[in-house]
Amino acid sequence: MFLINCPFCGERDQSEFSSGGEAHIVRPKQPTELSDDEWAEYLFMRKNIKGIQFERWNHVHGCRKWFNVVRDTSNDKILSVYKMGEKPPVNYK
Amino acid sequence: MPNYRIHKTEYIDETKRVSFKYDGKTYFGYEGDTLASALLANGIHLVGRSFKYHRPRGIVSCGAEEPNAICQIGSKKDLTEPNVRATELELYEGLEASSQNCWPNVKFDIGGINNFISPLIPAGFYYKTFMWPKSFWKKVYEPLIRLSAGLGKSPTEPDPDIYDHKYVHYDVLVIGGGVSGIIAAKMAAKNNFKTLLVDDKKILGGSTIYQNNDSIKIDDKLSSEWLKNEIQEIKKLSNLTIKTRTSIAAYHGYNFLLAKENLTDHLPEEKKKNKIRQRLWKIRAKKVVIATGSIERPLVFNNNDRPGILLSNSINKYLDYYGVTCGENIILFTNNDSAYETSISLHKKGIKNIIVDLRKSASSELIKQAESLGIKIYFNHVVTNTFGYRKINSLEIMKLSEDGNTTVGNKIRLSCDCLGMSGGWTPMVHMHTQSGGKLDFRDEDQVFLPKENSEDQISVGSCNGDFDLENIIDKTVNKINKFLDIDNQDYQDTNIICSKENDKRNIWLLPNKIPLGKTKCFIDFQNDSTAKDIKLALTEGFRSIEHVKRYTTTGMATDQGKLSNMHALGIIADTAGVKMGTLGTTTFRPPFTPLTFGTLVGRNVGKFFEVVRKTSMHEWHVENNAEFENVGQWKRPWYYPKNGENMHDAVQRESKAARDSAGILDASTLGKIDIQGTDASEFLNRVYTNAWSKLAIGKCRYGLMLNEDGMVYDDGVTTRISENHYLMTTTTGGAANVLSKLEDYLQTEWPELDVYLTSVTDHYSTASICGPNSKKILNKLFPNLDLSDENFPHMSFKEDKLENINCRIMRISFTGEQSYEINIESKYGHSLWKMCIEAGKEFNLTPYGTETMHLLRAEKGFIIVGQDTDGTMTPSDLQMDWIVSKKKFDFIGKRSLYRSDTVREDRKQLVGLLTDDPKEILEEGAQIVSDVKSKPIDMLGHVTSSYFSPNLNKSIALAVVRSGKTMKGQKLIIPMENKNINVTVSDTIFLDKENKRLNA
Ligand SMILES: [Zn+2]
Repeated sequence: MFLINCPFCGERDQSEFSSGGEAHIVRPKQPTELSDDEWAEYLFMRKNIKGIQFERWNHVHGCRKWFNVVRDTSNDKILSVYKMGEKPPVNYK
Repeated sequence: MPNYRIHKTEYIDETKRVSFKYDGKTYFGYEGDTLASALLANGIHLVGRSFKYHRPRGIVSCGAEEPNAICQIGSKKDLTEPNVRATELELYEGLEASSQNCWPNVKFDIGGINNFISPLIPAGFYYKTFMWPKSFWKKVYEPLIRLSAGLGKSPTEPDPDIYDHKYVHYDVLVIGGGVSGIIAAKMAAKNNFKTLLVDDKKILGGSTIYQNNDSIKIDDKLSSEWLKNEIQEIKKLSNLTIKTRTSIAAYHGYNFLLAKENLTDHLPEEKKKNKIRQRLWKIRAKKVVIATGSIERPLVFNNNDRPGILLSNSINKYLDYYGVTCGENIILFTNNDSAYETSISLHKKGIKNIIVDLRKSASSELIKQAESLGIKIYFNHVVTNTFGYRKINSLEIMKLSEDGNTTVGNKIRLSCDCLGMSGGWTPMVHMHTQSGGKLDFRDEDQVFLPKENSEDQISVGSCNGDFDLENIIDKTVNKINKFLDIDNQDYQDTNIICSKENDKRNIWLLPNKIPLGKTKCFIDFQNDSTAKDIKLALTEGFRSIEHVKRYTTTGMATDQGKLSNMHALGIIADTAGVKMGTLGTTTFRPPFTPLTFGTLVGRNVGKFFEVVRKTSMHEWHVENNAEFENVGQWKRPWYYPKNGENMHDAVQRESKAARDSAGILDASTLGKIDIQGTDASEFLNRVYTNAWSKLAIGKCRYGLMLNEDGMVYDDGVTTRISENHYLMTTTTGGAANVLSKLEDYLQTEWPELDVYLTSVTDHYSTASICGPNSKKILNKLFPNLDLSDENFPHMSFKEDKLENINCRIMRISFTGEQSYEINIESKYGHSLWKMCIEAGKEFNLTPYGTETMHLLRAEKGFIIVGQDTDGTMTPSDLQMDWIVSKKKFDFIGKRSLYRSDTVREDRKQLVGLLTDDPKEILEEGAQIVSDVKSKPIDMLGHVTSSYFSPNLNKSIALAVVRSGKTMKGQKLIIPMENKNINVTVSDTIFLDKENKRLNA
């Protein structure tokens, strides 16, 4: 059970949050201009990294805010938390 | 009756005699005993039969690692408990226990025959033997195995006990109250860390607390005396919470641990009543100190499983802690110094004993002490066989060859009534590995040790591979100072004297003149796997320890291989000729010891099993005999049976009344989301498939919401309340998910939109009145409201007051009838409902439930998301192309609607089905085919909704069928178990295609 540091509420138990998968996948601005393959790339393809992963979490049973998390999936350590719209910390790549 | 209790100890209260029943017979013990110590005091070793061969088995240990003394406690249908370890169960007055693994009784049982046919029961025997013929499994093999294996019995009635959960937060958690745990806890608490110390035993002190050897001293005192002082001291520390009878079950990530506290299991029946039996502690600790100690290893030799053969240190504990001797003529078989402590203790109490030591020689304080006491020691010897059926009566020893690979010389036969074995010590690294820690292997004494790899947890004491007292204390103090970044000086001047072990020799499988195939060298006592089984598995090609474990079932019993895993690994390494450290270990999974279901569930039983949501009209429904249906967490009226009606009859009556005159539905559970902001219209444009910008204020519109993959996700009616204010309704089950999804898009994709979402599902209660007389009823309730079709047409919204309380009234219809939904603040919901019922009396206003609602909408061909859709249906599949805007630039899921897969013509599509026999009602979920003759039969789809329509007087159904859109009028077949039902594909709208009834 992670402890997640919600950027709006502080450190809370994982049970208050829901995971929203990989972060920084931007919804195409002009979906109609994409080929099936390009649309499928956006819609279905996710990285599933072993190691440092950028992901989205929602404080669903708290402030209801979405935010980003940098997590090492090999040991579940959360390395950084930042708000939506903010740039990912550069020291994790 | 024999009495093996030979002296008084401070842990046994001889003034408090306790009577208990074991296998139906009454015995006596004392307060402070465990069931195991009380049985041993009565001379009872034989406590069960082994799992596979049904060999007689005795108590082996004194703790959680016990493989044999597994009991069924109690005999009441609701209170009996299986798999309880007699070595951990504290004795109480009136305790009833029975040995578990034997039938018909422990002294004679049918399964014992397996012992004589054991050559037929090799490794993997369950997999090999019970495979064929398949039909035998259920009728022959399984009942036989279940009966003879004597797995415990579950209670058959609900557990009447109370269980509890508790959340706690600490700076430091110390697991284990032995000498290292006590030191760690004291150092932490004295340096201002809020500390929790847990120990699974009744009292703190671990194995040091009954230590009584003069050669082991701290500050000139017996180590046990010194430790008692320490315990007195830590009890005074205000920063320290001590929980005894509390065992850590699981160590999860982020230092989240589960502990089980036993509160009443040691109390007599009448004192247990109305008290919490067990409490699950959910602990968050900033730092964790693991001080879980180590357990003694058995030795693997022929017939090492007879009753009367115990771990050497357990003999010591039974003697010095419980005052019980395990025999009168004891042999100790060892490869290390610790058995000498047992020997000296026995000697002190006048118990005759000799030592068989497989080391060539050994020198340490303890050995000198034993020698000076005149205790006979056979160095460089091994036990090669034991004798005695229900209890050991003698054994044979032989000399070891120089290389230790074989035995030499003559057999020496020694008589005994008890054998203690010590194969060294295994650090309990379970907690460390559960937390994600890795292990190192120490060749010198063949142990896996915690690799330090985390700033949040540390292992100290013998679970860290530090075995002598000086090492334990010095290292613990140093490590804790570093770990907590403190400089505690409490133990600076502590003077420790102890014996130091100098000589080691480890042989995993002891040599024997008898071929291995003819021996019974047990590794896993509980699952009956032997060294031979391990070797056979290797011969058969198994290499991975995880595979060998499963194939031989070694380490897979309720003790989880606490005594057996190391030997299995050792024998594999020896046989395969690899270094043991390279093999790795099997995974240590939680729980460390079994947990009761009650503890895990806590208070969340019965009414508290799940959150129940009730509408404000709920009490009325109850008073009016509603049967309820669970929809998500909501309790919704399903139907209202009258005068003993069954469900079918009630639904037929309700459905007819709604169309003939008027019906009323509690629609409060529909999800309601309040949407406000200057971009609210644009937002709706993006989330629904149809256009919203032009919806006039005061009008309502039905919307279909897709997932980005183009599949229908939710639907509902949204009302424009003012320029920048909408009220969206969602399906009952989808409310929370829709809100999350909308928030996701707002916050992450379209943060530029000025839109605010608020869930108002619980804020408003909704009564939905439909039917040709609904307008008349509304008129009675709202006499000032102009209900004319011109002023208040279908799909529009008005506000009015009901006795000064504001109501939002939507004229929308899910039944195809003229229909009004009255929304009121929830606290007035019950009154609103009663006023509606009262006003409707003269019109036979009939309350109807979800079943009638489903029927009525099916007559009109309205879909239910989640019933007629399953996450693979596009709007076009549902024949709802009309709701998908062609003009809008984009909306969620739009691009997916013309992917190559979604434009396929042969997708499953929603159709109506009419049975050739109008009385025949199809089963929902039934498969649909066109041809039953050609095999394999081609499945075209399935029935999604099916009802008997009282208004049409025939059966109707909705179904999804491959290429269904093009099949209207075509005959299809629903093959059922006993017959084939003929159906014709029809339109999805069965009633009032022209929508005349909406304005009738
Ligand atoms: Zn938050």
